[in-house]
This record gives sequence, structure tokens and C-alpha cells, in this order.
Amino acid sequence: MNLEKQDKEILDGKHGHAAQKSMEILAALGEIYGAEKLIPITSVQVAGVSYHNLGDAGLEYLEELAQDGKVSITTTLNPAGMDLVDWKKLGISKDFAEKQIKVINAFKKLGIETTATCTPYLIGNKPQQGEHIAWSESSAVCFANSVLGARTNREGGPSALAAAIIGKTPKYGLHLEKNRQAQVTVIANAKISTLDDFSALGYALGKKIENKIPYIVGLKNANTDQLKIFSASIATYGGTAIFHIENITPNKTIIPKEKVEIHNTDIKNAKNALTDNCAVDFVALGCPHASLRELKEISDMLKGKKVKITTWISTARKTKQEAEKLGILKTIEDSGVIVAADTCMAVAPLKGRFKCMATNSAKACFYAHGSNNFKTKLGSTKQCINYAVNGVWNN
Amino acid sequence: MHKLRGEWCMEQLKARTISKGTATGKVLVSLDAISFYGGVDPDTGTIVEKGHALEGKTVAGKILVFPRGKGSTVGSYTIYRLKKNKVAPLAIINKETEAIVAVGVIISDIPAIDKLEKDAYKNLKTGQIATVDGNKGVLILK
Repeated sequence: MNLEKQDKEILDGKHGHAAQKSMEILAALGEIYGAEKLIPITSVQVAGVSYHNLGDAGLEYLEELAQDGKVSITTTLNPAGMDLVDWKKLGISKDFAEKQIKVINAFKKLGIETTATCTPYLIGNKPQQGEHIAWSESSAVCFANSVLGARTNREGGPSALAAAIIGKTPKYGLHLEKNRQAQVTVIANAKISTLDDFSALGYALGKKIENKIPYIVGLKNANTDQLKIFSASIATYGGTAIFHIENITPNKTIIPKEKVEIHNTDIKNAKNALTDNCAVDFVALGCPHASLRELKEISDMLKGKKVKITTWISTARKTKQEAEKLGILKTIEDSGVIVAADTCMAVAPLKGRFKCMATNSAKACFYAHGSNNFKTKLGSTKQCINYAVNGVWNN
Repeated sequence: MHKLRGEWCMEQLKARTISKGTATGKVLVSLDAISFYGGVDPDTGTIVEKGHALEGKTVAGKILVFPRGKGSTVGSYTIYRLKKNKVAPLAIINKETEAIVAVGVIISDIPAIDKLEKDAYKNLKTGQIATVDGNKGVLILK
């Protein structure tokens, strides 16, 4: 890979330790993946924020980088292991909280906006079509590539951080037009309207086409929330980092001859696969983080009611603040629901606290099973809220 | 170790450098890919993934040979945690290294190589002594 003069100086350590380490990472990735050069980027999303995932070693790594490192472009942060303000309300231990705050302080020192959300595109870090960016967080990567039309590989935490410090990324993979083309046409011949339908579609497709890039036809419309939850689901179960939907997503693509069909039975089977026979003791919405529109819908459902079961809605702090101004937050909190900012059910240390979680998100089901050993029920937002209020699961 | 014309010889094989540094030790071969996050205990180096070919074995102090990484992007930090906890592999040899493992070994200063010449990857055996030289991009078998 060809490095410019200044990049070589950085690699030789003339611009400090953090820059050198970052350039080593980018240069190595560029070599491995055959990139011809580094290209400037406009935005970074950094994952690897929960102390639960980082441990003391990860914390030390970040603190060492923060000694002389600074990000050079707009950089936002993935969710942490707790609400950074109301962590006590979530039952988080003091030891965990202290470590988590240290992690956040290291990111702050690096010059990163400590947004702590998986939906940077809802709170101001929203790249334009065609922009080169370096994002981690698989759901946000998939949304940025597919819905916004920006260009990013699936970065890991350290490589995204390296890109943020240098302001560049190696040009390979999804930065190149030829690697963004659809590989299979998907005919969606099914009723897909609620969030759990879109979640189930992502699961069904992920299992059917794995990490092939789909061109989906047959969806009449899809709003941001539906595309957001679909991105999370297809990235979790298939591993693809980009999709195309006829008349909805902005990228140009070839239309592949290979076809697969999705029927109502596929959607139903997907929901059944994520629905266990268990008594729900935890309702969790907001994976990815709930938008203002979702909070509004939920507050309408909860008006004047009380929940009987522990219920979390995770969202970005900025979205929570907007909801507060509009009076939506009060309605939700008056019902007994916890609106958890900065974190979510997938990254908070919840093991052993619950047995059966109801959600509208297939991705949340994956982490509930894998990280926390919970059983799950996948349903619409309405089904989940009804259960929280009445204790009955309506099909 | 192998015999050539009745004499014990060292074999030197070219490879692609993923991460610099050198290390000599006993080889541990995994037939399965490894997901470091969730698949390896960061405190002990023990492989904990259910049904994994090396389930229950430790990667600590080994020349760890596995086809490729898989799974969560948090894996790079898990490799770093292994190193800090002094239970990391001495070096890594992959059939082909993907980005998560590459970034993990680079930030942890663990020597690593992949793409061995002459299709030598498949002949590596658990227990044999090997030197990974990430500076020169070679593997030396004794």
C-alpha cells in the first residue's frame, strides 16, 4: 500500500505514540486486504465501550491511547454497559460503574462525543450518500451502507478508533463500488408491516442467504425504524453489511438472476424460532435504540396505565432529552417503565437477573440467548407493552 | 522435525507477516475457527466454546494454529486481555487472517503470520516446535 510522506512519519513515531499505533493498525489492514492507499473519511462510530466487554486490559489500552491521542474527525460512541447517569436505577454495581466511567473518561480525553448510542444517525452523526466513513457496530454499519448510502467496512473497535485518530481508512471492501453490488434477488411475498415482522425478515434472510448481498423486491414502504431494526437483524443472523431494497434504498446495483422467495411461513417460522415457551419476567424494547417516534407510540399505549413487569426501553440520551421536552418521557416513566439511556439489554451486565425476555428485536433475542442465557419471546411493540401491563401474551 | 539425507534439518517456510516479533514454542493446532470474544476465557486462556475442537484446552504459551477468526468484533480486545493477563498464545499462525484477529495481534504485540508457502499449513502438528518470525515473515520448523 502506498503511504503519503506524513503517514510514513506517523508510522515512524514522529507524531506521538497513539498516532503511531493507529497508523500501524491501518497500514497492516491495508496490506492484508490489498488496499492501494488510505482515503480520508468524514465520520467514525466506535464500538467496544461496555466495561463488560473490555475488561481492565481494554480500559488500559484506551487510557494509554488517550495519553497523547486525539480524534481528528466527528467520532461518536456505541452504548456503554449502563445508563451513565441513572445506573443505580438499573441495578448496576458500584464497582462496575466506576470502571465504566473510567472507560468513558478515556474516550472523552480522546475527543470523542460520548453519545453512547448504536443509532448515531438519529442524533446528528448522519453521513451523506457516497461519503467514506469508518464505523463499527454491525447494525449501524448496515444502516449507513444501505439506507444512507455512505461507505464503510465492518470495523472492529480498535480499527475504528485508529481511523478516527488518523482521519483515514484503507480503501478496500465496501469502499469499492464493485463490492457493493447485490448478489441475490429476494422476492418478499409476505405481509411485512410491524417492527417484529421486519426483525423476522432479517432473521429469515440471514439464515437463507447468509452474508450474500440481497436486492429485495416486494416491499411497498419501510420507515426509518423498520429499516433500523431490519439492519440489526440481518447483520446479526447473516453477517451482511449492506442490502438493497427496490424503490427504498439509494444505492445503484445490478439485479442478480439468482432468486429466493420469502413467504408468510418464513416470517412465522422466524418468529417461532425466537419464541420460547416461558413466562416473561422482562420486557425490553429499543434494540437498536428507540427513536423519538417509537417513544411517542409507546407513550400513547401506556397513557394512564401501570406495568406489572420490569420493562426497559433503551434509547440515546439525546432522544430521551427530546422526549422529556415533549412530555412523552413523563407518560412512559409514570407507568413504571424504565427509559434506559446510554445502554441496552445486549451490553448491560444482566446475566442471572431475568429468565424470559419479550422484545420486538431479533438481535436482542440473539444476545439474550448468547450472553445472558435468557429465553425469549419475539412480538410487536404492542404485544410487548400489553404483556407488561396485563401479563397476557396476545397472539 | 524431519530427516533429510539422514540428518536433522531445519525447514524454513515463507509466510505473510500480520504482526511483527518472534517467538519459539510448542504448536497447538485447532481444526476449527476461533471466536475470541465469547469463545476464549480472557482470564485463563481456556477455550470455552461448546463443541469446539479445542474446548477445555488453553492457548496460553502456545504457537496457536487455527484456520481463521470468526464472530464478534470485540474479539480484538479479548486477544489484548489475554496478553495483559499473561495467558496469550506466544504466536499465531492462520491459514488466512481476518481483520479482527489481525487488529488483536497488532495491538497486543503477538507475532503472527499467515498464508504459508507450499501449502505447509495443513502439515503443522500439535506438539512440534516452531519459531514464528514476524519480522522476516518466515516460519522455522525444527
